Amino acid sequence: MKSRYQLAVIGGGPAGMAAALKAREKGIEDIIVLERDKYLGGILPQCIHNGFGLEYFDKELTGPEYAAKFISDLKESEIEVQDETMVIEINDKKEITALSESKGIIKIKAEAVFLAMGCRERTRENIKIPGDRLAGVLTAGTAQRYTNIEGFVPGKKVVILGSGDIGLIMARRMKLEGAEVKAVLELLPYSKGLIRNQVQCLHDYDIPLKLNHTITRIEGKDRVKRVKVAEVDDNSEVIPGSEQWLSCDTVLLSVGLIPENELTKSIGIELNPVTGGAEVNEMRETEVPGVFAGGNVLHVHDLVDWVTEEAEIAAFGIVNYLKNERIKRENSLNLKAGDNLNYVIPNKIEYKDVNRDYIKMFMRVKEPMEDIEIHFINNEKSILKYNKDFALPGEMLTLNLPEQIIDKDMKNIKISLKKQDKEDLYEK
Amino acid sequence: MKNNNIEEIICISCPKGCRIKVESVNNEIKNISDYNCEKGKRYAREEFKNPTRILPTTVKVKEGEFPLVSVKTEKGIPKDKLLKAMDVIAEIEVKAPVEIGDLILKDILNTGVDLVATRNVEKID
Repeated sequence: MKSRYQLAVIGGGPAGMAAALKAREKGIEDIIVLERDKYLGGILPQCIHNGFGLEYFDKELTGPEYAAKFISDLKESEIEVQDETMVIEINDKKEITALSESKGIIKIKAEAVFLAMGCRERTRENIKIPGDRLAGVLTAGTAQRYTNIEGFVPGKKVVILGSGDIGLIMARRMKLEGAEVKAVLELLPYSKGLIRNQVQCLHDYDIPLKLNHTITRIEGKDRVKRVKVAEVDDNSEVIPGSEQWLSCDTVLLSVGLIPENELTKSIGIELNPVTGGAEVNEMRETEVPGVFAGGNVLHVHDLVDWVTEEAEIAAFGIVNYLKNERIKRENSLNLKAGDNLNYVIPNKIEYKDVNRDYIKMFMRVKEPMEDIEIHFINNEKSILKYNKDFALPGEMLTLNLPEQIIDKDMKNIKISLKKQDKEDLYEK
Repeated sequence: MKNNNIEEIICISCPKGCRIKVESVNNEIKNISDYNCEKGKRYAREEFKNPTRILPTTVKVKEGEFPLVSVKTEKGIPKDKLLKAMDVIAEIEVKAPVEIGDLILKDILNTGVDLVATRNVEKID
């Protein structure tokens, strides 16, 4: 191991692996990947279910299979990988301090850094469920790791809070491993999980999904014995008198993901309160030149395929940065989320066209919506329109902004959703 | 006696999740309604006649770098055999090294579908 690298990749999950490989393919020789776990692949090896790769590989794979392609390419590329190495600090000079199982304290200086630390799950403490502190309360992802990697099934009578995809997938997994899954509870009036998972993880096994329900108390002695389940109204307030006890020995929480940005903060980069990640330009470069971010550390994705694609966009930016091949625009073009959009990535366009036909944009809607028009608005004028049958908060929207419509003087583009004009429809 | 039945099938072809109705007499489809596209109609017919699922799970590994290897049925197997298949798979133990695609169990429960590995597990000394 050396003390200086052209590119240091922080995290060997799908984002880190894809970026390292793409940067190497484009001629960057001097790369190191720092991974805190014993193996590469991030969360993928524990996601043993199928449904990955439909966008990127055009075939249906399981998580470990999706990861394996990148893991074996990395091995072949002879890109340096330091596993069991936890980065504890990065400063604004791109000096990295890490703790390695085999080498002790490591200090590295990199010309460019790619932040690919992924995200972590919200815990009981994050959502503050009152009651006793007990064994048997864990996040769905932790239960998934125990069950699929370590070989322990963490309980026999399970209640799951949260009906996102991880919650649904774990409901089926626990059932298949012989546990009784008493219910999946969802605070909202709808599940954020894919329809396919609602059908194949819950309906297939007659596991009840209780919408507008939550846990208000966890009780037991040493181990969970029962939870208090309550119905909530449209404002997520508990309806008095609706509470009932449900006996169980395990509570799995699938209540949201948080981009893991402690290192980003140590560099001095501000986080966006909506995404929980850094703000980036179209190269996925943060406010600190040479520091790039992609994947779940930037914003939480629902498909790994988009993580891979985003990391490759970042790799393209990293290569341009290292080779000093980019040309800055006179002014930066800000991209803003308008009506019914939660956020848009990238946040701004700072460089002139360097062999690109379009800029790929990732965005997430606030509320479910049908028959929509998506408008790119500059100076109150719509300069680009896409039609979509529907958009859901659980499914990221990806749209292309063609290079040819970006004017060199443009300062702002706002992206807004509106209901399709019915008369418009009849005209077609 | 005739056995009339209306089954509601939630389509998974797209995020709309249409609730499609399949009317049948003695398990023979008489009418499909409430679908919004041909893909949905096809899905409802298949799902009514022969619902199958790919089964992803794990099996024990001896002398491996990990205690488990992830596996899947190469194709869908009938939905009503999933739990039985889990009982069969629970008895299996393989020896490292295992490579992606390695045959773990041939023709599970006479379905004609093989169980294969989905992760590489190296042998440790």
